[in-house]
Amino acid sequence: MTRGTIKTWWLVHKWTSLICTAFLLLLCITGLPLIFWHEIDELTGAHVDAREMPAGTPNLPLDVLVQKALARQPGHVPLYLSFDDEQPTAYVTTGPTPTAEADEMVFDQYDLRTGEVLPKQPEGGFMDIMFRLHVDMFMGLPGMLFLGFMGLLFFVAIVSGVVLYAPFMKKLDFGTVRRTRSTRVKWLDLHNLLGVVTVAWASVVGLTGTINTLSTPIVGYWRNTELAPLIGNSGGTAARYTPGAIQPAVDKVMRAAPDTRIQFIAFPGVPFSSDHHYAIFLQGNTPLTEKLLTPALVDARTGAATVITDTPWYIKTLLLSQPLHFGDYGGMPMKILWALLDIATIVVLGSGLYLWLGARRRPASDHVREVRAGAALNEAIPAE
Amino acid sequence: MKKRGIDIFRLPLLIGAASLAALVIALMGDGWHDMLSWAGLALPVIAIGYGLTRRSA
Repeated sequence: MTRGTIKTWWLVHKWTSLICTAFLLLLCITGLPLIFWHEIDELTGAHVDAREMPAGTPNLPLDVLVQKALARQPGHVPLYLSFDDEQPTAYVTTGPTPTAEADEMVFDQYDLRTGEVLPKQPEGGFMDIMFRLHVDMFMGLPGMLFLGFMGLLFFVAIVSGVVLYAPFMKKLDFGTVRRTRSTRVKWLDLHNLLGVVTVAWASVVGLTGTINTLSTPIVGYWRNTELAPLIGNSGGTAARYTPGAIQPAVDKVMRAAPDTRIQFIAFPGVPFSSDHHYAIFLQGNTPLTEKLLTPALVDARTGAATVITDTPWYIKTLLLSQPLHFGDYGGMPMKILWALLDIATIVVLGSGLYLWLGARRRPASDHVREVRAGAALNEAIPAE
Repeated sequence: MKKRGIDIFRLPLLIGAASLAALVIALMGDGWHDMLSWAGLALPVIAIGYGLTRRSA
């Protein structure tokens, strides 16, 4: 590799890293507790168990839960109804309008058999703050898209780092960490080792994170293209929920798509539905089909149901980007590995920052010499 | 001694391929799929442990 090539890649690595490092550190640090969200909720008592009842106790019609939620929030409309994986409860989300912002929404958990609302922790707790910082830094869609762009820069930094790894390691064995020499050479070695072994994981988690930030535009595109003929033109006003409409819609869809379970229902007018449909999202039984949701649309006026079996590739990509980003699909050992790799990434980011701060006044040619020699600037680099 | 590109990237490629396979395989099923996945994702962690504990050059 020529000096000029190395210099170009070094500059790419420097600038993409410098721009994204602060935000990536924020993402890695807030992401660490989020890996164990479920376990932390159980430990802190934020997770409330549903009452023990005899097995086979029948569920109430879902409309009972929706109407209870509306009675608790006068003036609200129902937005989402989602189901718990582990216990017979459902979450009902209401808001003042179908397009309400997240902080205007009210979210309560109901027992499917009794309809009673389960107590919940006040919002704004530690995990909520971690979540909002991680997703959009409390800035809504612009914040989310900005973090998505940082994820893209992070990927460019990874690729350019791999390119620079080659000349640096020319005379070094894999796994070399020179601890007896200068601090700079030790951190250069650690940055290279930790960086190169986490390349695949960090690229996948970074890029799927970027894809997740694009969920609103991706779903919007789907609605405006392939789903447009099915959705039709509503004239821009969302259909109102009519009491008693949800349970028959669910029954109809479950008859059309046996061997599935419902993950969530989107009411008319919300981003995951249309203005006059209930969108019912179905899960299959394997880890893959559990994540690759199948949507069904039920017309709020006629009750006609359509199961959409051929979701386009970009929706499948979006759906698979969630588990691949969260690391929640392989049990506790996977979560622990996720956390270790996250910590390794924090070390790569921190050491990169340290290496830049320690030599930020040196010209690029000095850095190129460092990369070519596989050594540190402050040590005697043998003349070539 | 100078190394060729393949020498430099042999282990990183193996670790990267194992990590990617691990991420995919856990999506395909539970049980042994998950166990294979843990083994694959453990490789980068083991490599870091190797670098940190190996005698300094």
